[in-house]
Amino acid sequence: MQKDNLGIKKADLNKVPFKVRVRPYLIVAPSLIITIGIMVPFVMAIWYSFTNYSFQFPTHRFVGLDNWVNMLTSREFWNALTVSLLYGLFSTAIEILLGLGIALLLNSLNNWLSKVLRVLLVFPLMVAPVTATIVWQLMLNSSVGIVEKLFNIFGVYNFPWASAPGTALMTVVMIDVWINTSFVILLVLAGLQSLPKSPFESAKIDGGSAWFNFKNLTLPMLKPSLYIALLFRLMAALQEYAVIFALTKGGPGDTLMSLSLTSYQKGFKFQKFGSAISFILVLWLIINVMAKFIVKRQRFAQRQASGLEE
Amino acid sequence: MNILLIIYAIFALFPLLWMVMISFKADTEVFTTTFIFNPTLSNYKEVLLRSDYVRYITDSLIVSGGAVLVSVIVGVPAAYALARYNFPRKEELAFQILSFKFAPEILVVLPLFMLYQKMGLYDSYIGLIWVYQLISLPLLIWVVRGYFEDISVEIEYAAQVDGYPWYQIFFKMLIPLIKPGLVSSALLAFIFSWNSFTFPLILASSKVYPVTVAITKYLGTDTARYGNLAVAATVSALPAIVFALFIQKHLVRGLSFGAVKG
Repeated sequence: MQKDNLGIKKADLNKVPFKVRVRPYLIVAPSLIITIGIMVPFVMAIWYSFTNYSFQFPTHRFVGLDNWVNMLTSREFWNALTVSLLYGLFSTAIEILLGLGIALLLNSLNNWLSKVLRVLLVFPLMVAPVTATIVWQLMLNSSVGIVEKLFNIFGVYNFPWASAPGTALMTVVMIDVWINTSFVILLVLAGLQSLPKSPFESAKIDGGSAWFNFKNLTLPMLKPSLYIALLFRLMAALQEYAVIFALTKGGPGDTLMSLSLTSYQKGFKFQKFGSAISFILVLWLIINVMAKFIVKRQRFAQRQASGLEE
Repeated sequence: MNILLIIYAIFALFPLLWMVMISFKADTEVFTTTFIFNPTLSNYKEVLLRSDYVRYITDSLIVSGGAVLVSVIVGVPAAYALARYNFPRKEELAFQILSFKFAPEILVVLPLFMLYQKMGLYDSYIGLIWVYQLISLPLLIWVVRGYFEDISVEIEYAAQVDGYPWYQIFFKMLIPLIKPGLVSSALLAFIFSWNSFTFPLILASSKVYPVTVAITKYLGTDTARYGNLAVAATVSALPAIVFALFIQKHLVRGLSFGAVKG
């Protein structure tokens, strides 16, 4: 039977005075009240997605499913959805694989280089995504960029980083990878440091190959951390706004018009607020479903990993 | 193996080096991509003394600092309650708080824009500090909760038996014990608030102008002044990088969000 700090058994909870029972709720309440500010606009948002609300004309009327039908039948929506999903999947996949690899390297090479890099490799995460994008723009610039000069050596001139539809997505994904791989490295390092020593010692005696040990020992025990990395990166990448906005504002054409950018543009540039909300509600729905799924897998992996520990 | 690490390190660190280098280049040298040049402070003088950039930095400091302060005041007790008390729906509540971090920023910000205009919070410090809670509060609660869980309940019992009132136990005993976690999560929350872009872009316009939004101004209107742009980028990244060096020791532990030990 679990006990709390008052030494009360769960079964006795009903005998506890009301004053004591509400105490934890009272302590948590201020945080909830502050963050609940978000719930008010959220409920408003659902309502406005069924109206023709616009910032210009404060009066609005109920238009039923118009916004939703228009959205689902528009090419714009399916393009935005595709851009968001491609951006989210590509950048998350690269960040997790690269971050896992680098963290394993940092952990296994216990030399001065890995010790110094553990400190330095955090830096990209500390630079605001907007700033990071601007720095990359300086480097990719076709007249003054250092990358351009580097490419010239290999006979490639005016490589169209963000200016051609074929390469724009690749460019924003590269910048996202630059910013956020550090985050995965940190999480995986945290996971690696918490691994128990004994299974690895007995594996050493058994003389399994490095790959065998990784697949059967490290990876299963690292899964909880990897799922957390996946959760945070995928959620953030699906709604990424700053990098695309700073690099191309969604262009060229509509190549990078993700759900976030389309929604922002509809709301503020075209003053179609109700329609803007329906776009972003779809994103919220996707994120919610994915988060629930990943959290479920994470908890399962967690239980499995702790079973391994015993 | 070392060589793989070095290749990645170049990819991760070179852009920052390049940014700092350009910030010291005179306008005539910006267009040469050499590593040897006469460093000059002219860009720094231009940006820091002859533009409003210092004001933007101050705004960022007020908003991010204010957000973290509010988060610490309401978040630390909440983290304690979530770590120590057993109460119905505790895990759901904890997850609910974390889930605020996953809400699409644009979704929050579009309706909030209207609400803020009606409440007079648009383009105000309080308005931004409030919405920044979505960044700082869940992070702080989750990290600090993990630290509270690490402290043995027994020492609290002992202090209770010795007749210490709860506030003395909390402030004199528990707070010092969770200090490393509190400091690192507060600094992390500060950094993420400092780096936030969508919230200030939509909820502020002239009276409050954090650096992340201000920097896009350099990009749009001043495209030829790369030196100034590099200074703006360097200066805005500096506080976070300095803080990162401070919290390096606790960062790995802090970012595990209590997930690793479950």
